[in-house]
Amino acid sequence: MTWSAIRSHGLSYLIVGPFAIVLAFPFYWMVTTALKTNGDLYNLANVPFKFTTTKGDPEGHSPTLRHISFIFHQTHYVRWLENTVFVGALVVVITLVLALPAGYALARLSGRLGQSVGVGIFLTYLVPPTLLFLPLSRVISKLGLEDRLWSLVLVYPSFTVPFSVWLLMGFFRTIPLELEDAAMMDGCSRLTALWRVIFPISLPGILTVVIFTFSLCVNDFVYAISFISTSSNRTLSVGVPTDLIRGDVFFWQSLMAATLIPSILLALLYNSFLNRFIEGFTGGAFR
Amino acid sequence: MLIGPAVLFIVLLVGVPLGLAVYLSLTNATAGSLTGHWVGFHNFVDVWNTPNFRTALKNTIVFTLASQALVVVGAAILAHALLRPFRGRWFLRFLIVLPWAAPVALSTIGFLWIFDSQFSVLNWTLVHDLLPGGGHFYLYKPVNWLLGGIDHLPFVHAGKVDPLNPPQWLGQETLAKLSIILVQAWRILPFATVIFLAGLSSIPAEVEDAARMDGATGLRKFWHVTLPLQLPIAVVALLFGIVFTATDMTVVYVLTNGGPFNSTQVLTTWAYQTGIVSSSLGEGAAVSLYLLPVLAVIAILMLRFARKVEVS
Repeated sequence: MTWSAIRSHGLSYLIVGPFAIVLAFPFYWMVTTALKTNGDLYNLANVPFKFTTTKGDPEGHSPTLRHISFIFHQTHYVRWLENTVFVGALVVVITLVLALPAGYALARLSGRLGQSVGVGIFLTYLVPPTLLFLPLSRVISKLGLEDRLWSLVLVYPSFTVPFSVWLLMGFFRTIPLELEDAAMMDGCSRLTALWRVIFPISLPGILTVVIFTFSLCVNDFVYAISFISTSSNRTLSVGVPTDLIRGDVFFWQSLMAATLIPSILLALLYNSFLNRFIEGFTGGAFR
Repeated sequence: MLIGPAVLFIVLLVGVPLGLAVYLSLTNATAGSLTGHWVGFHNFVDVWNTPNFRTALKNTIVFTLASQALVVVGAAILAHALLRPFRGRWFLRFLIVLPWAAPVALSTIGFLWIFDSQFSVLNWTLVHDLLPGGGHFYLYKPVNWLLGGIDHLPFVHAGKVDPLNPPQWLGQETLAKLSIILVQAWRILPFATVIFLAGLSSIPAEVEDAARMDGATGLRKFWHVTLPLQLPIAVVALLFGIVFTATDMTVVYVLTNGGPFNSTQVLTTWAYQTGIVSSSLGEGAAVSLYLLPVLAVIAILMLRFARKVEVS
């Protein structure tokens, strides 16, 4: 890098750098914590930013991987990961089935009706789970879905569908109408045109919706904690805080490792699809 | 026809429970039953008269406004700095979106550890000599000097950091509230930055050029050109932030669980406490329904701004 480039970019680094440090610090701290032995972590004489091995530490050398391997072998962590992926994947499918046609139709509906239905759907996204979990928990028990992952599969689309319809509406609006007209001229029906022409070009947008739908499911805490009571049926967001904290005993290293793994994976996905997300988000009701 | 299934699903899973919530709030239903005796607005009055509810209501408002004020200022600065490409932007952006991507319940546990009563890394940094080889640089000294300055302002009693008895972040009322505000701001900031970024990059290049031709630079350009064009989408980001914070239960539940002595309860945790833990379904529903007017106002504001963006 040349000196002038450094100077012209200097201001960006000067501003972005401190923000990045503050925002990412908890994750740096999680990595450091996850690798320490108990003897190292709970010794107030040690510098917390360094790894210090004490002679005769029953856990041996610090840093160590034993607390990370603990969550994989001694807890239901893998099960929670599986449960989360299972619920997330099913919800993604349900969401796409419902939201793709709706998003497309709303993007093409001109006039006030389309506009108000679109906005109406979006507004339901503002009704929070914290308001709905009480009545829904009664409904779930009436349906006999208590303590089953299917209860989450049923309930999560209530917040993923509105959000996805809105994003998809934004993406579909950016696709020129002539494209499907041309396809229909060639003898396609509207549905085949949709399936063969429109959906394939919207693939990046659809993938974005998949990612955000999935992460909304991973994030849910309220429904998962009210509907699920058996440890092996839990999802990540609830399993980690309820099972790795036993009364007053916190398995800090394992807790940190359990948090890091899904966070970093999701952040990589987010960052890769960020520009697409921005496009859909601002294109939704605001264009 | 294409919209039908989606609308039906939403009505069934949002509309019906919402109606049920309203119905429950008007009865004396308890856990285990879906029905109860009609009690009218009794629950709303009862709930309103408990001190814990008042605290929860006040906290919800204070936490939301304070954290979103931090978010708006931070996001505005950060979005401007991230707009132009520079080397390493992908990586820095990755670090910045981390708090947004991480599941809230789990990242809040990270803060539980950072604010730990005995092993808090913040406290360690405050009270230990940070210069190697006995340089005698203690962070709590400049911090106390700053706090001493703040103490002269009206209505503020900042206190001091005592190196022998470092702050109990989650055990003391004011600090616990501050911690919650900081965590909420931390987790919403990336989202707001991304939306601000979208607003900034949607300003057409011609407008920028025209402004430059007219000799508008720096602050003047920002005030007369960038700000008015960006305002609507910034407001949308703010409204989202308000909704996310006001309706969130996770951060308070994990961080303080409403404590110490119910001083950090918010509406959502108090609804959970009353409705699920204490099994008074009707009262719990009433508590959470107090959120509805706030959300209605926000919805109206959003629609206003949505229309404004369309016009411009």
